[in-house]
Amino acid sequence: MLILECPYCGVTAEETEFHGGGEAHLTRHGPDSSEQDFEDYLFQRENPKGVHFERWRHVNGCGKWLHAARCTLTLEVFGTYNAQTFEPPKHIKDAITAKRPGWTWRTFS
Amino acid sequence: MSTRLATHGRLLDKSRPLTFTFNGKSFKGVEGDTLASALLANDQMMIGRSFKYHRPRGLVASGAEEPNGLVNMGEGGKFEPNQRVTTTELFDGLTCKSQNHWPSLDYDIGAINNHMARFMPAGFYYKTFMFPRFAWKHVFEPVIRMSAGLGNAPKDRDADTYEHFYAFVDVLVIGGGVAGLQAAKAAGDAGAKVLLIEQTAHWGGRAAVDGGTVDGVPVQAFIDATIDALDAMPNVQMRHRMMGAGVYDHGYVLGYERLTDHAPKTAGPRHRLWRICAAQTITATGALERGLSFAGNDIPGVLLASAVRDYAVNFGVSVGDRTVVVTNNDDAYRTAISLKEAGLDVPVILDARPTGGGALADAARALGIRVENGKAIASVQGGKRVTGVAICDQAGEGAVLEEIRCDCVAMSGGWSPVVHLWSHCGGKLNWDDDAVHFRPDPDRPPTGAKGEAFVITAGNASGEMDLHSVLQDADKAGKSAAKASGHAPTRTAAPTGESAPEAVMMAIWLMPHGAPIKLRAKSWLDYQNDVKVSDIQLAAQEGYESVEHAKRYTTLGMATDQGKLSNINGLATLANALDAEIPQVGTTTFRPPYTPISMGAIGGEARGDIFQPIRRTPMQGWHEANNGDFEPVGHWRRVFCYPKADETREQAAHREVLATRASLGLLDASTLGKIIVKGPDAGKFLDMLYTNMMSTLKPGRCRYGLMCSENGFLMDDGVVARIDDDTFLCHTTTGGAERIHAHMEEWLQTEWWDWQVYAANVTEQYAQIAVVGPNARKLLQKLTDEDVSNDAFSFMGWSDLTLGHIKARVFRISFSGELSYEIAVSASQGRALWDRLLVAGKEFGVTPYGTEALHIMRAEKGFIMIGDETDGTVIPQDLGLNWAISKKKTDYLGKRAQQRSHMADPDRWKLVGLKTLDGGTLPDGAYIVGEGVNANGQRRVIGRVTSTYHSPTLGYGIAFALLLHGPDRMGEVVNVAMIDDVDVPAQVCDLVFFDKDGEKQNV
Ligand SMILES: [Zn+2]
Repeated sequence: MLILECPYCGVTAEETEFHGGGEAHLTRHGPDSSEQDFEDYLFQRENPKGVHFERWRHVNGCGKWLHAARCTLTLEVFGTYNAQTFEPPKHIKDAITAKRPGWTWRTFS
Repeated sequence: MSTRLATHGRLLDKSRPLTFTFNGKSFKGVEGDTLASALLANDQMMIGRSFKYHRPRGLVASGAEEPNGLVNMGEGGKFEPNQRVTTTELFDGLTCKSQNHWPSLDYDIGAINNHMARFMPAGFYYKTFMFPRFAWKHVFEPVIRMSAGLGNAPKDRDADTYEHFYAFVDVLVIGGGVAGLQAAKAAGDAGAKVLLIEQTAHWGGRAAVDGGTVDGVPVQAFIDATIDALDAMPNVQMRHRMMGAGVYDHGYVLGYERLTDHAPKTAGPRHRLWRICAAQTITATGALERGLSFAGNDIPGVLLASAVRDYAVNFGVSVGDRTVVVTNNDDAYRTAISLKEAGLDVPVILDARPTGGGALADAARALGIRVENGKAIASVQGGKRVTGVAICDQAGEGAVLEEIRCDCVAMSGGWSPVVHLWSHCGGKLNWDDDAVHFRPDPDRPPTGAKGEAFVITAGNASGEMDLHSVLQDADKAGKSAAKASGHAPTRTAAPTGESAPEAVMMAIWLMPHGAPIKLRAKSWLDYQNDVKVSDIQLAAQEGYESVEHAKRYTTLGMATDQGKLSNINGLATLANALDAEIPQVGTTTFRPPYTPISMGAIGGEARGDIFQPIRRTPMQGWHEANNGDFEPVGHWRRVFCYPKADETREQAAHREVLATRASLGLLDASTLGKIIVKGPDAGKFLDMLYTNMMSTLKPGRCRYGLMCSENGFLMDDGVVARIDDDTFLCHTTTGGAERIHAHMEEWLQTEWWDWQVYAANVTEQYAQIAVVGPNARKLLQKLTDEDVSNDAFSFMGWSDLTLGHIKARVFRISFSGELSYEIAVSASQGRALWDRLLVAGKEFGVTPYGTEALHIMRAEKGFIMIGDETDGTVIPQDLGLNWAISKKKTDYLGKRAQQRSHMADPDRWKLVGLKTLDGGTLPDGAYIVGEGVNANGQRRVIGRVTSTYHSPTLGYGIAFALLLHGPDRMGEVVNVAMIDDVDVPAQVCDLVFFDKDGEKQNV
């Protein structure tokens, strides 16, 4: 049972209060996109052993979508942050670096 | 024979006799007995039969690790199979029956398997049942079904109740032996909020049986004093009869509390499942003794040495009159000494170690017990009960030196720490060569949300085996856990324990060392699943080298005891067969729960009416009072139809359709989803959400819209009304409201978060009633002074009206093809309006109708239904809904996906109407078949029926189907396949069967 903190309402809660929403920081590709770009956007996902960025919704709480930086191997949570962003904020990246020096994920590091 | 001793029995209250039955025979026990000790006290040694060979089985252990002692317990709604007699506290009136035999425990036909053992090696099932194929259905499966499973399945509904508890603590201590007590004390002293749980009804574990002193007083006095101290601490909660079932991610632990199993007449729930959030968990789960592998070690009367000791000391029961002790360590000497002190005979202690034991061996000799070093059991004699043992040298191949008469064998192969809970969530183990067991590696613990260690072991569970180091380790564990959860531990020293020093043990995995196949084939590892030393060796020989493969091939450790007794011996045997080291072979995975927990506890309160809450419309009471026949739709119950007197469901629905089309019908449409979308960017947002243009909709008007997922698939439909420039009301399907609202929120929050839009689900705020039929306007006009003529209130418009004193919003929309108004009022006014419409509609013969009439009428008019015509793989273009897809918009959710080659494929099945040639009604979901066969030799399928009804309006069957090149086949006759019957011909036709020009609704 994962424990996550909602960055909006500040509640630290069990996984059952949240709903997983898959990979974070996807870029939407619409009608003008190439077949490849659209396929990647819709279907291709990271499957890392280690640092990962995910979307969660505090569905049985404040209802807000949030992002979590998490280790898929140990389930350690490095931090959660607002979903209204294109990349993880610096303090989250720093927290990951402190625990997993040299980490990379897609174009982030 | 086994019998009750006049003395002994520290857990018994002999002044309180109890009566119980086993296989219908009445037995006596006393308060404090387990079912196991009470059976033994009545000389009931044989308790069941094994799974594969149906060999006689007696008790082996005294606790949770017991593999054989399983019974069918109770009657009727209290019946439960596979109840472990060693962990069942005896109560007055208990009834139980032995399992896995036919016709009786003493005489069992399945035991013939025993004589076939030679022909049933490891992997027997896999090897035998491969071929021939037909034999599965006619031979193997019936036989397996007859003999499969231990115990019987309950027939009646469970009469008991169950509940869930939630607990949030700093430190959870699992296990109430001396280690758990000391750890809880140390954590509690530091001020931590502690929950201490113990699976049995007694505190102190086996320390009081094994003896020793703590700080100069007998260990029992230390236990009593510590319990008193913990009781007095407000920050410490203690629960016994509660097992730590499983340790999960981020410090989540399941506790399983058995509240009334020992007293089933007590009111209240039977079991309680605790869902515990613990910052730190201490597993003080003790250790389990292992058996030894010698021929005949499964004959009833061969028990673990510690169990024989437990039965004597705790329950005042002698398992036998003459007990031979066989061991590779010092602890078993304690059993010999206890038995001797209880006045029982111990003819010999066979110590497999050439150098023998230490101080405890000296003590045994001093009591006059014969001790033989370097000796072993060659074989046990007896069938349903031990009658003697043949002795040999451990070092040899089993040449018999001497035979000794006895009726009990107490064996000890050493002790394994209970590492299950440590391992559940990823704690790693090290092999300890000296202690001959796996012990937790404190440097590789389970880690939590912040990467911190969250499980600490204490005492035997750490691999600390003597009383002093147990107490030191437990004290340290308690203090560490308190510190890790933010409390300052005290500086008080741990108590000092004193117990007899023990000589080093010796790893013995086979007895004697060079046992030939004849002996190995009778040396049991897993008693419940009948796995022998020879089976593991065969598995290794056949290439099952991984411990996980060998386990599944032989079924070692796969029975209800999950190999608590057999796993270590099994994997050591495997390691020897592979000529590998034990740590290289490794263990199988430890999975929760530690011992089986009841399904009732998992379900908790969620049974019957509260399994899933039912949503009710404001008019539900009227429907119930007027013979509404309900069907589940999402979390709602909707009326399917309102049958009268002798009407069938079908007749009722047909009557409702005809009455509505002829004059006037009423539908409770409150369950339709209603979502308010509001803000300066609301129109722009809805243009992205719907396939058609919503931003051009004028206030006061309604428009039908389709919603697709980003994959392009149709997910919902409904009518959108524009309330004002900034506000839209989106109707969704029944049951779709929450999903669609979540869909809106997702896109608003995660993609277009800079758009100024709010979405609110107001489904339950409104009651909605559809007034449908040629007389709908007359009825509406009766209730209002305002002009509701076609000129003033046209089709696809909406208007705020006052109906009497009720404020209403009325939408002139139609899902039936009739003149129709949907009237929305605040939920609290719903029933009042419904009643008023019924009274005012009387002169028109107003007829309430249900979902079936709704479906028939929409099908007659060619309207699709989400969930009938769609299944998550259908796009609007498949359904001929291109008119509802904007060509002007540059983007909407699903647009790009619908351009992909597979989506634009002209061979996609398209929706058409179907009419049978004979007027009959097609079965739902039937396939339409074309010429020829596919690659598998099956008939080529070219379509399927998605909706089908008998139309009472038209008097014949109508259907929709998704059909290959459907729209190009108008007028063509296709074949619809029937199950086990000839094809039915049907003609492809237009979707709209009735009033194609819409003359009925546009009046
Ligand atoms: Zn929140």
